[in-house]
Amino acid sequence: MGHGGGGQMSAELIEHLFVPAFANPVLDGLTDSAVFTLGDVRLAFSTDSFVVQPLFFPGGSIGHLAVNGTVNDLAMSGAQAAYLSCGFILEEGVELSVVGRIAADLGDAARRAGVTVATGDTKVVDAGHGDGVYINTAGVGLVPAGVDIRPQRAVPGDVVIVSGQIGVHGIAIMSVREGVSFGTEVVSDCAPLNGLVATMLAVCADLHVLRDPTRGGVATSLNEIAKSAGVGIELTESALPVPETVANACSFLGLDPLYVANEGKLLAIVPRDEADAVLAAMRSHPLGSDAAVIGECVVAHPGMVVTRTAFGATRVVDTPIGEQLPRIC
Amino acid sequence: MLVTGVVQGVGFRPFVYSLARELGLSGQVGNTASGVVAEVEGPEAAVTDFAGRIRTAAPPLAVVSTVAVESLPVLGGTEFTILDSTAGAGRTLVSPDVATCADCWSEFTDPSDRRYRHPFISCTNCGPRFTIITGLPYDRPATTMSEFPLCPDCAREYADPADRRFHAQPIACPACGPRLQLVQPGLEPAHDEDALAVAHALLVDGAILAVKGIGGFHLVCDAADQAVVTTLRKRKDRGDKPFAVMAADLGTARRIAEVDADEEELLTGIRHPIVLLRRRPGAAVAEAVAPGNPDLGVMLPYTPLHQFLFDQPGPGVLVMTSGNLSGEPIVTADDEAMTRLAGLADAWLGHDRPIHVPCDDSVVRIVDSTELPVRRSRGYAPFPVDLPVPVRPALAVGGDLKNTFCLGEGRLAWLSAHVGDMDDLATLQAFERAEQHLERLTGVRPELLVTDKHPAYRSRQWAERHADGRPVIGVQHHHAHLASLMAEHRYDGEIIGFAFDGTGYGDDGAVWGGEVLLTGYDGFERYAHLKYVPLPGGDAGVHNPCRMALSHLRAAGLRWDPRLPSVQACRGPELDLLEAQLAHDIACAPTSSMGRLFDAVSSLAGVCHRAGYEAQAAIELEGLASSDRGLGGYEFEVDADQIDPGPVLAAVVRDVLAGVAPSVVSARFHRGLAELMVTLAERVRAAEGLTTVGLSGGVFVNKVLLSATTRALTGAGFAVLRHRRVPPTDAGIALGQLAVGSRIR
Ligand SMILES: [Fe+3]
Ligand SMILES: [Mg+2]
Ligand SMILES: [Zn+2]
Ligand SMILES: [Zn+2]
Repeated sequence: MGHGGGGQMSAELIEHLFVPAFANPVLDGLTDSAVFTLGDVRLAFSTDSFVVQPLFFPGGSIGHLAVNGTVNDLAMSGAQAAYLSCGFILEEGVELSVVGRIAADLGDAARRAGVTVATGDTKVVDAGHGDGVYINTAGVGLVPAGVDIRPQRAVPGDVVIVSGQIGVHGIAIMSVREGVSFGTEVVSDCAPLNGLVATMLAVCADLHVLRDPTRGGVATSLNEIAKSAGVGIELTESALPVPETVANACSFLGLDPLYVANEGKLLAIVPRDEADAVLAAMRSHPLGSDAAVIGECVVAHPGMVVTRTAFGATRVVDTPIGEQLPRIC
Repeated sequence: MLVTGVVQGVGFRPFVYSLARELGLSGQVGNTASGVVAEVEGPEAAVTDFAGRIRTAAPPLAVVSTVAVESLPVLGGTEFTILDSTAGAGRTLVSPDVATCADCWSEFTDPSDRRYRHPFISCTNCGPRFTIITGLPYDRPATTMSEFPLCPDCAREYADPADRRFHAQPIACPACGPRLQLVQPGLEPAHDEDALAVAHALLVDGAILAVKGIGGFHLVCDAADQAVVTTLRKRKDRGDKPFAVMAADLGTARRIAEVDADEEELLTGIRHPIVLLRRRPGAAVAEAVAPGNPDLGVMLPYTPLHQFLFDQPGPGVLVMTSGNLSGEPIVTADDEAMTRLAGLADAWLGHDRPIHVPCDDSVVRIVDSTELPVRRSRGYAPFPVDLPVPVRPALAVGGDLKNTFCLGEGRLAWLSAHVGDMDDLATLQAFERAEQHLERLTGVRPELLVTDKHPAYRSRQWAERHADGRPVIGVQHHHAHLASLMAEHRYDGEIIGFAFDGTGYGDDGAVWGGEVLLTGYDGFERYAHLKYVPLPGGDAGVHNPCRMALSHLRAAGLRWDPRLPSVQACRGPELDLLEAQLAHDIACAPTSSMGRLFDAVSSLAGVCHRAGYEAQAAIELEGLASSDRGLGGYEFEVDADQIDPGPVLAAVVRDVLAGVAPSVVSARFHRGLAELMVTLAERVRAAEGLTTVGLSGGVFVNKVLLSATTRALTGAGFAVLRHRRVPPTDAGIALGQLAVGSRIR
């Protein structure tokens, strides 16, 4: 399981097995979506597979995730998703009503995101060879002229913004999957981010980096950016928007909210001069009302992410490896 | 005669010179790359005497490793001369920093001496060494004293072989030495005696001072003043972790704590470490200094500047804690002290002699009249450990908590001074600087790197990032603990190893820590271990001993009786969540940790439910153990390679519910553990013939357990190895990593 966790193990798998096998200049960027020119248009193209359990959770289902995941991957290149493909892999015996609900959610999510499901495929595997329903989606969209958003563009001095509260999706999934309540119900924040991105681009076409911190959380995304760009990233612990329920659940479980998965959230790395305008634009959008500046890119400790604590110490935030194990002796 | 060891920069040549003159011998003495070479001639009896006294009467800082004697033709000389050092590639051992010596103290207090009240008084027998050396050869230009040109008086002493300050690199006097300075925000700095007067007044007024010591800044305040100590605790984000104190003198130390002869020797010896002493009831020390702790870490002034803090009526006991933010390394540079300690100190008492490398105070405990190092740093590092087996030039990076690293080559291993917890960026950077410095001092050029096997250890990740083509070898955590013990005892063979600690990454991916390993350098067999129980929430389980207690009860099939203190401590939603967490195995890691069993028993006995610092629950449980040896031990069950604590937990629950005192529960638990070890050791002896037992891991900082176990094992005919030169905690594992990972076979 560790290889799918979005941490160091999956990074190794990609780097050592997949990249050498497919080597080409488009793939080399290893961004969430590929950006290339076809004819005389710049396109973003992305694919993602969804193997989430449970299939339904407070705030959404695998159907919503399958649309939003791909729409968001495209949005992280600054592209507006236009068309989606959709592949279902069904386990023999899964109830048709379940598939029906997921399909309805998927259609719903596509309408909300303003994207057309243009093609699809369905396969059935033997009972015991799948987890009910797997979905793969791929999507294409246009990248507006003058927009160049990729992790390598982060430079010292840039400001790090998060669009809202972190850790909510991961804790919601866990509380349903394990049947544990962490006080008030935590609802997943699964949502399409293309509208929010369009709002941001309207005030600042020169956004440097966008990232949706899904698996592995904010820590993993920022580590990838720091390493790709060769900058240090310094977060301010007290500025991190962590809702109390998430903080409590994390402290109970010995987890760090920085590593918990999000949906419907994005990280933006923007030039310092434009940060105020971008932040204001984000806050004017319903999905960015809790947007906050959480840190900055620095010259020191390139490739490393740290948090400055309330007491002024700087704690290293590294890429998680498999599950979190205690290091205390 | 070739003398090797720590024989340079410690007054060895003047010592040889005066010894030869005293015995009427002629000849010469000089430093070479391999050590001190002396040639003497004279009556045979005098020469024999000379050869003997080279070892027995060597200067305090010298450590003579070998003396090789060779006969030469008689030259018929009449003079004895000191030769200049000859350069060349070789290995000079650098002395640790040493507390002010008796000769210097008497000059310091003599109004007619030219160094009367000089804050930087030192000689070849004392003062800073390791922390001021920037490179080798060890000469004034290669120290942070290079910016203070000697005055004519000092220059004369420095050049006179008969003088105590002959070639004493830190030599200084009021005319040419560094100056004191006191800085208070918004005020003009005060200097020298004025600085001291202001500092003293501030301490009396209940202020917190940053004071520059040998290896870094301390934060200092009146230890009897509950309010200021509480403020310091808050500013440092320190939880309940005990502060060390400095007592004005031995008499004052005795008034606050019990001091036996061995402890006195440590307190007043050349190293002056912090000694963990049993606090006297009613001692005039604020509760906030070491809340809930029966012991006090006490040290005596080891520099003239410390002495000044006590030389007027005022506090006789001062809190002296490392000047750092929680988790960061000790601050050494003046400008850094002003910024980093800005929220912590009210004023800064410093000087213009730079500290080149940080070195924290060492911490030592006496157990059965023997030293047990808890933190091996100032006064000890960088003195090398002699290895029983040769090693390739290598760097062992140690663990992630209380990190120290170790450089080795041949039969020498240099264990670094305390670095700290690797969570912090500043600590990682300090690690790199300290590593480069120690490479420079030792001349070791590592061909390979050795690390723990924990994939998330930052020390290991550092090694992988810096390998640069060199092999990186992983050594299992508890194997390293036991190998460090064997190495410091110069033991080469196999032992019955008990490695008891809080957390170590196991070969099966579980969290090990209650391990019986049949261990040699080449490998180990996991003979037995504590039965796995879930560690709920990783670090969260460690910070909440009451949860660990409930996890242990559940694993042992014992019910969560609402009358139990642990259950009461977890009341309400925490209890429900914990139940769900354990039932659904959410973020639970299987563990065989002995540290966590101590936590569980501590909480069940009602002693400690929440740990604010490492091992708090175990420390408090140990602290109240009844000394009644008639109490029977709780019995563990051993089934093949599984040590089942179930019966122990059942007995603890029975006792607690019957109203038995925590002191008795604690004593019975400690005794039970000692008996378990004897049972297991006897089993191994019968099957494998091994008769040497080793005790390592953080649990063996526990004096009650260490003492009882040693007594029981010795009584059963075993030879017992326990730590006396390197800490049993993770602060010692780098030595074991080195011995295992870079051993030449
Ligand atoms: Fe350990
Ligand atoms: Mg994707
Ligand atoms: Zn001296
Ligand atoms: Zn002088």
